[in-house]
Amino acid sequence: MENMDDTSGSSFEDMGEMHQRMKEEEEEEEAEGEAGAAEEEDGEFLGMKGLRGQLGRQVADQMWQVGKRQASKAFSLYANIDILRPYFDVEPVQVRTRLLESMIPVKMINFPQKIAGELYGPLMLVFTLVAILLHGMKTSDTIIREGTLMGTAIGTCFGYWLGVSSFIYFLAYLCNAQITMVQMLSLLGYGLFGHCITLFVTYNIHFHSLFYIFWLGVGGLSTLRMVAVLVSRTVGHTQRLILCGTLAALHMLFLLYLHFAYHKVVEGILDTLEGPNMPPFQRVARDIPVVSNAILNTTAKAVALTL
Amino acid sequence: MAAAEGSGVGGAAKPLFAGLSDVSISEDIPVEGEITVPVGSQSPDEDYSTLDEPVRDTIMRDLKAVGKKFVHVMYPKKSSALLRDWDLWGPLVLCVSLALMLQDGSADSKDDGGPQFAEVFVIIWFGAVVITLNSKLLGGTISFFQSLCVLGYCVLPLTVAMLVCRLVLLAGSGTVSFIVRLIVVIAMFGWSTLASTAFLADSQPPNRKALVVYPIFLFYFVISWMILTFTPQ
Repeated sequence: MENMDDTSGSSFEDMGEMHQRMKEEEEEEEAEGEAGAAEEEDGEFLGMKGLRGQLGRQVADQMWQVGKRQASKAFSLYANIDILRPYFDVEPVQVRTRLLESMIPVKMINFPQKIAGELYGPLMLVFTLVAILLHGMKTSDTIIREGTLMGTAIGTCFGYWLGVSSFIYFLAYLCNAQITMVQMLSLLGYGLFGHCITLFVTYNIHFHSLFYIFWLGVGGLSTLRMVAVLVSRTVGHTQRLILCGTLAALHMLFLLYLHFAYHKVVEGILDTLEGPNMPPFQRVARDIPVVSNAILNTTAKAVALTL
Repeated sequence: MAAAEGSGVGGAAKPLFAGLSDVSISEDIPVEGEITVPVGSQSPDEDYSTLDEPVRDTIMRDLKAVGKKFVHVMYPKKSSALLRDWDLWGPLVLCVSLALMLQDGSADSKDDGGPQFAEVFVIIWFGAVVITLNSKLLGGTISFFQSLCVLGYCVLPLTVAMLVCRLVLLAGSGTVSFIVRLIVVIAMFGWSTLASTAFLADSQPPNRKALVVYPIFLFYFVISWMILTFTPQ
């Protein structure tokens, strides 16, 4: 209950210090190792005692190695946070304008359009989508075997975001488009804003026509925005067609999938088609037991006779 | 932060060698001469050891600390008591009790659309970790476990809301009961969000508070929505 000094943001400096200290200790260890080698020669005369010392040293060495590995792992995790920090350097106003801009396609394809390499907005949009999906699953009484709703929702959203981003990045590399991975993540992440709006509205108001209007309108706008940006950064008609066609198809189909996979109406239809109303497949009893009984009886009789 | 630390009185728990903090030695100046460390000269009450105290005292002290924090959450004043000595006992208790109460509806039926224990547990801890990492990335000056502690303790109003919901559901489930539950859950949701922002806002850069508050809002929203939709079968 006594953690007085665990305040303030100086933990990074602390970690840095620790790292330095660790290095120093390592150097010391090496020096000790050299000294130890000299000792070892003496140890041979001492026999058993020397062996025990060696064993102890070996164990200590192993412990040290394991500890060092864990410490450096923890340190690299903290260092990774520092690496990510520039991508989270935004103001609330910037996030708001970027959210609005993600719905406004800009028709400028001669000059590469700017993409902000930022991850706060996309990450928050993905989490919002997770929450909305969870809501949709709950209201549609979706049942998932061997897994939780939460896990499925997180898996779907992050899988789509990271998976499709990497895939499009790979395609962009093939098609010679000028885009980095962070920019791709940011672009696709902000593209999910349209999905969030559409799904949030249509999970609560169940009109199919409304969904299609939203799908084409809101989803279409955010897709168009991404396509316009990609077009402006690619050279050549075929490359543009491949890249943008793939992205547009994936993005629009994902929205369709999310809507229909976790929707009340479809759930109902599926239930009537193949749901629990159908009687379970039953094994038909055959004559085998009788036959085997007969065989058993005859063998028993035969055994009795021989006895 | 350091000033707050210095001025804060940690109740019964004070560092044993409080006098040592006055002594500061720069590393590049060689230390020589007579050095006297004023241990125990300040007040005789401080150097009592917790080694030979009864177990009951130890447990009661910890329980009292947890209880004090509960009170702090229910009266969210600008105070750093939750931050200064964090613990995860309170969050654990709150989280487990909330998960148990939410679990009950789907315990006996196999086809559960209701929340499972593990799900609630994971949502609370995973969500808290994500919020903490987010605030770290945005440049907040708060340690990892302090943030976890605050977020965990601020689930308390929602646990109370869950308790009230179960009582209301015992009385019956109709439109009236739903409206009552809705009001209770919304009020407690607001309470949780306000309390946690009151504790966490100071550690954030002032121009980015909205960015930090949004994930907190989302986190408590999901939990309160789970509470609202809970119906025992």
